[in-house]
Amino acid sequence: MIINHPLLGPRDAQEFTYLGDATLIDRPDGMADAAPEAFHDYLHLRDNPAGTHRELWYHEGGDRSWLVVTRDTRTHEITRVDLARDVALQRGRGA
Amino acid sequence: MRYSALRVFAEALRGQRGWRPAWRDPDPQPEYDTLIIGGGGHGLATAHYLASRYGGKRIAVLEKGWIGGGNVGRNTTIVRSNYLLDGNEPFYEYSLKLWEGLEQDLNYNAMVSQRGILNLYHSDAQRDAYIRRGNAMKLHGADAELLDAGAVRAMYPRLNFDNARFPVQGGLLQRRAGTVRHDAVAWGYARAADSRGVDILQNTEVTGLQIEQGRIKGVETTRGPIRAARVGVAVAGSTSRVMSMAGMRLPIESHVLQAFVSEGLKPLIDGVVTFGAGHFYVSQSDKGGLVFGGDIDGYNSYAQRGNLPVVEDVVEGGMAIMPAIGRARLLRMWGGIMDMSMDGSPIIDRTPVEGLYLNAGWCYGGFKATPASGMAFAHLLATGEPHETATAYRLDRFRRGLPIDEKGAGAQPNLH
Ligand SMILES: Cc1cc2nc3c(=O)[nH]c(=O)nc-3n(C[C@H](O)[C@H](O)[C@H](O)COP(=O)(O)OP(=O)(O)OC[C@H]3O[C@@H](n4cnc5c(N)ncnc54)[C@H](O)[C@@H]3O)c2cc1C
Repeated sequence: MIINHPLLGPRDAQEFTYLGDATLIDRPDGMADAAPEAFHDYLHLRDNPAGTHRELWYHEGGDRSWLVVTRDTRTHEITRVDLARDVALQRGRGA
Repeated sequence: MRYSALRVFAEALRGQRGWRPAWRDPDPQPEYDTLIIGGGGHGLATAHYLASRYGGKRIAVLEKGWIGGGNVGRNTTIVRSNYLLDGNEPFYEYSLKLWEGLEQDLNYNAMVSQRGILNLYHSDAQRDAYIRRGNAMKLHGADAELLDAGAVRAMYPRLNFDNARFPVQGGLLQRRAGTVRHDAVAWGYARAADSRGVDILQNTEVTGLQIEQGRIKGVETTRGPIRAARVGVAVAGSTSRVMSMAGMRLPIESHVLQAFVSEGLKPLIDGVVTFGAGHFYVSQSDKGGLVFGGDIDGYNSYAQRGNLPVVEDVVEGGMAIMPAIGRARLLRMWGGIMDMSMDGSPIIDRTPVEGLYLNAGWCYGGFKATPASGMAFAHLLATGEPHETATAYRLDRFRRGLPIDEKGAGAQPNLH
């Protein structure tokens, strides 16, 4: 697989490590009343779709940035790559 | 039809014209007592034990493709019970005992071969971990022996003992472990279940679950609706897809694991050997092919094929421990989609939907579990209670903070 890094251009997927579903960006509020349930959901439960999946890859063998890669889990076709930082900022998370 | 040596002899004299198909190809009935979704090893074993041990009647197995086309026919055929944790070891040891009696039970040659598994260690720390594991195995009635380098050398002279980076210091041996002909397991269970009246419905994909007021009523299939008050799901890598039809999200990611077979060679290794300093395991089939594998590819996948980086990684592991492998040509390679759970351990449990039961999360190790999984799932379907060897495999263990994490890797499926 080739991941088209937004800053560095096309890179071999071997340079990256995989974390999982990009919902991991949305870490719940640990002080909220429903925190235990929210963390169970966050930590354990996944949509695990056969099709389009937004997922976190870490450019360990490169510039150490986190990316959100949109990929089809049936074909490995990658349709979009964003810097996770930009995605997080858009979602109102701190930088 | 009972299979026997006499029968083989008689058929040889009659030009092999008396053999009959090993199972029927019936049309679906409008209603059954119990439906089992998934005609892999676990679904077929469940049907067999439900019919033979729990007196189950009117049972159907629904398989979207052909039986044996999933992971049961794609794995590297290793069976063993060398687990560490209390939640796992009694279950896998029970499974190994069922393997030992399987062929008599099914009247089918599944080529159960207790040729032993040897887990190599390459450091003092790894040896200590294996001593601990071996003791845990013995406490649960399994067999385990610690070998030093000399004993390993006597057993497997062709390994790379003096590799400067990872010298072989010894190994943990389980002699009762081994390999089983994987397709024969699917066929043997199918034939045994069919002979007790179980309908095995191939090319029947479940496309919907009928749920009314929190109760299962039946399923939609590509061959029409089928009613049933009890439905068991055992679809391995497709678990999240099927359970999403009931609106459930699960502690599971689907990942691909690859396997490889070399050209046929003269006898080189007698049992199963695993490299301790990288992920590589190998055995030799009765036809002579080296059957080997290693890590999963590491990212969510529903493509039943893997990518090249893992091929390289597996072969590097092979070259490190068995340099002779470099001269063998690769004959075949393939991938299978597995349900990797958040703690690396399986789930055999009820679900919030009344009458709907789940058997899932087998990761890359569910082949060895096939008999015990079938027995435990049949027990659950018949009685509504967990089998005594499977009490830890609850779906709510994640919420309750009681994972069964053999590797201690945390809620990260690609690390288990
Ligand atoms: C390459 C590889 C090597 C492995 N090596 C080992 C090993 O050495 N030892 C070991 O213990 N384990 C091993 N495993 C793991 C083991 O193969 C699996 O854990 C186990 O086979 C899963 O259970 P099963 O046999 O029931 O799965 P499967 O055979 O995959 O059965 C599931 C079935 O469900 C069907 N299905 C899916 N969706 C639907 C639907 N909607 N409707 C109807 N049917 C459906 C599928 O078609 C499939 O036939 C390996 C796996 C792989 C991929």
